Amino acid sequence: MKLESKKTAFDYILLAGFCVLIVITVYPFLNVLAISLNDPMDTMRGINFVIPRVFTLSNYQYIFSENNMLQPLILSVVRTLVGTGLGVICTSMLAYVLSRKDFYFNKSFTIIFIVTMYVSGGMIPEYLLIMRTLRMGQNFWVYIIPGLIWVYNVILMRSFIEGMPMALQEAAKIDGANDFVIWYKIILPLCKPVLATVALFVAVGQWNSFMDTYLYARELPTLQYVLYEVMQSAEIKMDTHAASMGLVQNTVSPMSVRMAVTVVATLPILIVYPFLQKYFVGGMTLGAVKD
Amino acid sequence: MKKPKKNPATKEKFSWELMYKQRFLLMMSVPFLIWLIIFKYIPLWGWTMAFQEVTPKTFAMSVWERPFVGFGNFVTAFTDRLFAQTMMNTIFISILGIGLGTAGAILFALMLNEIRMQKFKKFTQTVSYLPHFVSWVIIASIAKMFLNDGGALETMLGGARLHLMSSNSPMFWIVVCLINVWKEVGWDAIIYLSAMAGIDQGIYEAAKVDGANRFQQIWHITLPGVKPTAIVLLIMSIGSALNVGMERQMLLSNGIVQDHAMVLSWFAYVRGIGSNNYGLGTAIGMFQSVVGIILLFIANKIAGMFGEDKLV
Repeated sequence: MKLESKKTAFDYILLAGFCVLIVITVYPFLNVLAISLNDPMDTMRGINFVIPRVFTLSNYQYIFSENNMLQPLILSVVRTLVGTGLGVICTSMLAYVLSRKDFYFNKSFTIIFIVTMYVSGGMIPEYLLIMRTLRMGQNFWVYIIPGLIWVYNVILMRSFIEGMPMALQEAAKIDGANDFVIWYKIILPLCKPVLATVALFVAVGQWNSFMDTYLYARELPTLQYVLYEVMQSAEIKMDTHAASMGLVQNTVSPMSVRMAVTVVATLPILIVYPFLQKYFVGGMTLGAVKD
Repeated sequence: MKKPKKNPATKEKFSWELMYKQRFLLMMSVPFLIWLIIFKYIPLWGWTMAFQEVTPKTFAMSVWERPFVGFGNFVTAFTDRLFAQTMMNTIFISILGIGLGTAGAILFALMLNEIRMQKFKKFTQTVSYLPHFVSWVIIASIAKMFLNDGGALETMLGGARLHLMSSNSPMFWIVVCLINVWKEVGWDAIIYLSAMAGIDQGIYEAAKVDGANRFQQIWHITLPGVKPTAIVLLIMSIGSALNVGMERQMLLSNGIVQDHAMVLSWFAYVRGIGSNNYGLGTAIGMFQSVVGIILLFIANKIAGMFGEDKLV
């Protein structure tokens, strides 16, 4: 089927369909980018464009100088780095232990972990545990510790490790390596592809995370939360039109500010995405085959 | 689902000597077990609050001292003035979402499967799962710019008044589900596409010899080929049918459409944390989980009756 080279009408209809889909997917992003780079006064004439009509960087200047976006940006970066680093180390360590069939508690530990994929206590008990019992509210570690390990990733990594030849581990053992050294020196370097996949999943999850700030740490706003706040306030302003006069003097408009924040929050994903997307898909199909 | 494999290696009996031999493995796993018990099992134990009256004041008491109310919290939840509407929203958004999502993903995968220009296929795919990696806050920000009254879509259509985000009607369900399809269709198609790649090419050759055109090939070979995958995914999504996420609903909605945006998890938040009735909030969350597990078993049973592979 793939060998045929003659194109039929069907192929051209498909091609046209795909072009429409690509436009539908990409247009909103380009629109946002254009508004964020456009003069706020000019934007009020109409928001339907993908090339800035009156180019300016004033929106970005505004959000970094007056809206103090720098701190949330740093916080987002730090939580992504720390959360991903710790998450990957812990996930791989646990996955290695659970891959060891000779480990006495292998079965029981595996079951205890897998159960939590299917039943969870729900939002309110978790909220009370974190805020009231552990008193982790408004603390940076609330971004890292409660979501440290995703059991799904552990299972993903465990099946990868199980696919590696046992002889490697046995040889190291004869040379006198203990289990920790085997994990660190042998398993980790060989796990690179799956480590990359897991790291990317965790990193995207960390960067995009919004609910944990909303529930536990509004005093430590991340970029996503700032965007949410800007969205909320923009709506109020647009409803009342009360602030519009004041905003005109500052040459910013809620819409332009919101779009600039949206771009800043999206950009890191857009930058890493083309280089790393093969790992994402690899992880997706790895999980699909194993399940 | 994975079937438990028989492990031929005989397991050693428990002994302290063995524990010492495996001390590194223990050190590398027990801390995570403790983490798991704290963050996953203690909240489960928190389900006891569903049967008690728990407010910020009584939360500090031990489980045994809090006033026991039996199923009182559940009765309060079910008779709440918001409950009927919330339930309806949850069910319809869920069914619409599963239906549109599955149909969209299969259709998109079919299109990708049929296209013969490999480079173009790759590019389309890469573009299509980009929105999956963008957060709901960003999607909501873009969606509101685009779909609000006077937004980009309405100007594009010559100033038509669509009221997509400003009519307090079931229209909001459809809008939410379509935005979700926009975000996830490319990503969800991956699994169907890999199922299609697994279909034996010989069957297509045979069909072509018998004179089947491309539509007939799709209808009689490709679609039946992805049916098992679709059924497994459907069963799984039915199990989480009531778990419509609060994040998406909250971010996409506004004051006007709130009545049709409220879903169970959000309702649990509003009653549980918003009005500080922890017992009531826990009860709503527990109802959601328990119904989810029951639905999963029912769906699994039905799939089994129709001769499909069972999930569990």
